[in-house]
Amino acid sequence: MMGATVDTILSKYRHDSTRLMDILIDVQDEKSCISDDTVKEIAKGLKISMADVEQTLSFYHFFSKTPTGKYTVYLNDSVVAFMMGREKIAKAFEEAVGCKFGEVTADGLIGLFNTSCIGMNDQEPAAIINNRVFTRLTPFRVKELVKDMKAGKDIDEMYSAKTGDGNNSHELVHSVVNNHIRKEGPILKTDVRQGEIIEKITKMTPEEVIKEIKDSNIRGRGGAGFPTGLKWEFCRRAPGKQKYIFCNADEGEPGTFKDRVILTEKAKLLFEGMTMAGYAVGATQGILYLRYEYKYLQKYLEDVIEKAEKAGWLGKNIGGRKNFEFYIRIQFGAGAYVCGEESALIESAEGKRGEPRDRPPFPVEKGYLECPTVVNNVETLCAAVKIMKYGSEWYKSLGTAESTGTKVLSISGDCFHPGVYEIEWGFTINNILDMVAGFNVQAVQVGGPSGALIAPNEFDRILGYEDLATGGSLIIFNESRNILKDVVLNFTEFFIEESCGSCSTCRILPVVMKDKLVKILNGLGVTRDIDDLLEWGKILKASRCGLGQTAANPITSSINNFRHLYTSLLKTKKDYETGFDLNLAVQEACEATNRIANV
Amino acid sequence: MYQTIKIIIDGKECIAKKGQYIVEAAKENNIYIPTLCNIEGVKPKGACRICTVKVNGRLMTACTTPVAEGMSIESESAELTDLRRSIIELLFVEGNHFCPACEKSGECILQALAYRYSVMAPRFPFMFPIRELDASNPKIIKDHNRCVLCKRCIRVIKDDEGKNIFAFKKRGHKVEIIVDPESADKFTDELAEKAMEICPVGAILVKGKGFKKPIGQRKYDLMPIGSDIEKVSKSKKAVL
Ligand SMILES: Cc1cc2nc3c(=O)[nH]c(=O)nc-3n(C[C@H](O)[C@H](O)[C@H](O)COP(=O)(O)O)c2cc1C
Ligand code: SF4
Ligand code: SF4
Repeated sequence: MMGATVDTILSKYRHDSTRLMDILIDVQDEKSCISDDTVKEIAKGLKISMADVEQTLSFYHFFSKTPTGKYTVYLNDSVVAFMMGREKIAKAFEEAVGCKFGEVTADGLIGLFNTSCIGMNDQEPAAIINNRVFTRLTPFRVKELVKDMKAGKDIDEMYSAKTGDGNNSHELVHSVVNNHIRKEGPILKTDVRQGEIIEKITKMTPEEVIKEIKDSNIRGRGGAGFPTGLKWEFCRRAPGKQKYIFCNADEGEPGTFKDRVILTEKAKLLFEGMTMAGYAVGATQGILYLRYEYKYLQKYLEDVIEKAEKAGWLGKNIGGRKNFEFYIRIQFGAGAYVCGEESALIESAEGKRGEPRDRPPFPVEKGYLECPTVVNNVETLCAAVKIMKYGSEWYKSLGTAESTGTKVLSISGDCFHPGVYEIEWGFTINNILDMVAGFNVQAVQVGGPSGALIAPNEFDRILGYEDLATGGSLIIFNESRNILKDVVLNFTEFFIEESCGSCSTCRILPVVMKDKLVKILNGLGVTRDIDDLLEWGKILKASRCGLGQTAANPITSSINNFRHLYTSLLKTKKDYETGFDLNLAVQEACEATNRIANV
Repeated sequence: MYQTIKIIIDGKECIAKKGQYIVEAAKENNIYIPTLCNIEGVKPKGACRICTVKVNGRLMTACTTPVAEGMSIESESAELTDLRRSIIELLFVEGNHFCPACEKSGECILQALAYRYSVMAPRFPFMFPIRELDASNPKIIKDHNRCVLCKRCIRVIKDDEGKNIFAFKKRGHKVEIIVDPESADKFTDELAEKAMEICPVGAILVKGKGFKKPIGQRKYDLMPIGSDIEKVSKSKKAVL
């Protein structure tokens, strides 16, 4: 696309305002920013107001109105990145580049930016530079990289190590990312020939396909755990000529990276799963909503789609069957965790801000472009293919009575073998720690920041919908970690950064609660503050979507399970303490006048 | 023709039209469920969360949830009343609301709700944000200090081609309302008045019109918010 003008980009998307995301992404890639003049041009071309363009543009982290540098560095700021030495890496970047994070060098060559979890927790510290991922950074590597940038090297020539395992070394991926698949189960195993399941289902009615999925009792793997068969059935029954299948590959929950691995190694399986869902509900269009952080997989995935079309597994008359039509396209996000929420994802795919919708109506009734839409997680769709191959009885023989089948976990933090593990539901936390070799463990975060922080006395709890439900993120913290300062505060800041801002509760309360947490961390807390935090956390339950509803979880679950960490910080016996520190407040003025703050 | 159904609100059996939103059904049964971002006849957005009720035990916004046969709705319980009060307090601490000096005092829904819910001092610390007062538009003043981000202006005010004039910028606690940079000459006197009226607080003001109606004679000076729906006399006290 080099050299494309705004005009050609607009034409490429037929001046369709619902494709605003694609348009902005192409413009940003082309010009490294989206200036006011460009906004005006886009607005005019799409017949919408400048304010409309602005409201989508300003929502997403990876869009910028000012140039972000010829080389744009996005350094991950997830908890695990910090645990693996992010601070030293950030410092090394700032020193070598000569500007601070959030800035661009005066010559416009290099821009340094922070970003929320990029799905590389098993190989931190990591950064995205011009849509390429660099993992396991060291201060030494940073110096090398910056030297290469200053020499004007092509980004693909900056790898020092060999490319990663599996398809990471595929010429269309060409990445140093590693899969770290440490335990293969039925989903990750390669035992389905491309087209095999399509041949099988086309001999069945859509209702029979749905019944098989329903009988397996599989529930959604994206976190919410809705029964997949039921979702397909609702969508099939919903009135509407045009229906859509979305695969949710937004994978934004800090600590999750298993979808990245499935996309890298099992793309054919996934697309077959989408096609099967299309057959079951009567949809002809599938959309893979892929987080921008995984842009390095674009060429490869598009190639897989193209080849499937050529082989007759996608497109018209699939598998030689008349009237079975299904297409897949990729829709990129642009850096917004909330877009993983299914209705926000749909809004985003329609070119809007990623604000979740009010429900009802649910996407299965009124989703993408007001049409009935199924949104399923990457893993769910892959599991569905395996269920069709081996049958629902087989699937039910795995896992527990209430949680059938297997779960692909992303495990990171303080353990010897971080990576991707496919286990049967029902493993205890202790089983997990044995498996990954985690020692001196102080706490395990199950289900990412929106999940729960579990203490050792509860390590016999099991993973499953009946106990600890999880989308698959497990982060392990050993005894050396400062849970409140390094974990809880970071998670809370994550929610503040990622809230869409639509609900009053989710927009305001996490900030208020963070301030209170900081007050406690500064030794100015009183018992009342801890009680307040628990009480205020309940208010967030009145938020529209899961983000707001769980935004207090890092604080409330750490109070519930690690209350001693809070009480040990309460230095004052007072009932009330404003939290105002006069010395701190006058510090700057004192420094300026060369005095010591001591009032 | 609409179908009538039976629902229960706070133990009271009510007749409602199938498909209408809970707030509307409640209103027709003389039950007031407080709202701020909602505007009758305009697609609801569920932004302020003040109308939160419990539907069959689950928290839902009454402005966005359609009634269904047999629905059991809880609205005026101690728990929900406190939830609503806390949301009103949150909106107060988020911005800079100096009611005595505000042009909208007496017509402001936020202020009226605070009276109804007996908000004295908010339980949350004030955030005292530094926000702008934007008078660049020839017709209106935008005072970001008072904006509660209800999106009413976005949803209602459009130009003559139906395009948006107001929009959200950024996300999370950094969200702010922007006015289309090319809209200055689209603002007729009429549109400006409409914008001021649609804003539930004093964040959009028509230049030179702030005190057209004297304080003391304004809508909520005369009767508490919700009393028209409840059809009670002016003297009914605020809840709790
Ligand atoms: C804030 C938020 C973020 C979410 N992020 C993801 C995500 O990245 N991937 C995903 O599959 N589901 C995510 N979900 C859950 C989706 O809303 C939805 O339930 C899921 O995609 C449905 O697919 P499933 O039934 O196959 O799990 C998220 C939900 C919320 C509230
Ligand atoms: S809960 Fe938060 S993220 Fe979800 S819709 Fe409300 S403001 Fe947006
Ligand atoms: S300006 Fe007024 S109407 Fe618009 S969002 Fe703010 S408070 Fe609501």
